[in-house]
Amino acid sequence: MMNDHSPWMHNKAVLSLIGLISFFAFWYFAAFAQLIPRQFLPMPHEVLIKLIDLTQTPFAGHVLHEHMASSLQRFVWGFGLAALIGVPLGLLMGWFSWLDDIVSPLFDGLRFIAPVAWVPFAALWFGTGAGGPTLIIFAGAFPPCLINAYRGARGVEVRYTEAASMLGVGNFRTITEVLFPAAVPSIIAGLRIGAGLGWMSLVGAELIASSSGMGYLIVKGQSAIATDIVMAGMLAIGFVGVLIDVALRKLESRLLRHRQ
Amino acid sequence: MDSSTRHLAGISRRSWLGVLTIAVLFAAWWIFTTVTGWISPARFPNPSEVKDALVQITTEGYGNGRLHQHILHSLKLVLMGFTVAVAVGVPLGLLMGYSRRAEALINPAFLLLRPIPPLAWIPLAIVWLGLGDAAKILVIFVAAFVPSVINSYTGVRNIDTPVLEAAQMLGIRGFKLVFGVLIPGAFPMIFTGLRLSLQASWTTLVAAELIGALYGLGSILNQGAQDIYPAMILVAMVFVGICGATTTAILGFVEIKAMPWRRQRVA
Repeated sequence: MMNDHSPWMHNKAVLSLIGLISFFAFWYFAAFAQLIPRQFLPMPHEVLIKLIDLTQTPFAGHVLHEHMASSLQRFVWGFGLAALIGVPLGLLMGWFSWLDDIVSPLFDGLRFIAPVAWVPFAALWFGTGAGGPTLIIFAGAFPPCLINAYRGARGVEVRYTEAASMLGVGNFRTITEVLFPAAVPSIIAGLRIGAGLGWMSLVGAELIASSSGMGYLIVKGQSAIATDIVMAGMLAIGFVGVLIDVALRKLESRLLRHRQ
Repeated sequence: MDSSTRHLAGISRRSWLGVLTIAVLFAAWWIFTTVTGWISPARFPNPSEVKDALVQITTEGYGNGRLHQHILHSLKLVLMGFTVAVAVGVPLGLLMGYSRRAEALINPAFLLLRPIPPLAWIPLAIVWLGLGDAAKILVIFVAAFVPSVINSYTGVRNIDTPVLEAAQMLGIRGFKLVFGVLIPGAFPMIFTGLRLSLQASWTTLVAAELIGALYGLGSILNQGAQDIYPAMILVAMVFVGICGATTTAILGFVEIKAMPWRRQRVA
């Protein structure tokens, strides 16, 4: 694009590689030169080795995949509830304006409370059982599910709903057969945002009040001042977060395939 | 036609239905907790307990300080982390959006760190910086940084190519390019990013303060949970919501002031 003397500097892959290498080189340098003590900054490969090691040796009561399984189980419950309640409610609010008028003030009032702020009540209501984290994930994932379904339903072209009402289609079938299909892209976008926020809220809930799960793993690593365990846990959390997003995008392309 | 008449009539109905809903909810809260006692006070506080808790924290204080001290402390941390994140994130996003080479250089490392939820940084921040304010500012920075970068980047990418080409043809560069072309063009997206950053800042702060802090709204939550004091927990939650809503509203006000050409669409 711009005038440059060395042609290989144009190559995107080369530049990306330089970026990555310098990132890790800087990390290795900081760890190797002991700019930060080894205990607080392990080298990248040590984090990977620790990650593999955690799948064999239990830490904080369980091995890595058991922590992950219990986190994922809670996530599926909380996120599933948020989607099953949020999406239909959003569609209904988009169709019946009286429902919108009733729910909106409540929703706007609750929306600004950070999901993790529910942790004390979750502990009070459910103890350390599975209900607590599920509530927190729900609090994180529900708003985007509802808002996007609502916006999707409101964004449907009026001529479609008018055509439906002219053909004598009832409320229920208008919602399931006109509003829902038209709102699918917006709904999926909401599910993806909700899944991200839910996954993050889950980690937060497990940091504070839990006795298993990925958040518990890294907070135990913290109190043992085992930076490599904390970093390995963060890596695993990020990786599974990406996998969840990829799964939802797969779902999107499946649902939208019939449109073409 | 149907929807427009519904909307016109709906303005008044929206307000009275909203007020009615909230009134019904308050009445139900009072009835279930105080009159019938179906909800035990150990699970959810009744209105008079909440009033007492509010009076207690504003006058004599709770958990190392009075309410305004906690709020100011939380606000200070959020503003510090948020400001630094925006001051670094927005220019970085603009740079990545404008220059393909900068994007190729920075993006891989960014993509590697981006999927890690901000809250997962809290233990690492505590290991590195302890339980003080520095660790909280670090995690707020991490949380607010990502949306600032991504949205500024997208904002620049969405500027029409002819505009950028015209700027290039006219030889606009440096200061004038950034403040005359890139920032105005990316403005709406930059502000979307700032809003998301602000929300993420509050979430992270509350979580970090719940894990360990002497002052702040999250520390009231934590103290209330340890003392099993549901009324105080509710008071702290309400103020978390009020702080989040107020700072978001201020940001919205700044957005409208800064973008006079958008005023009509927003209002």
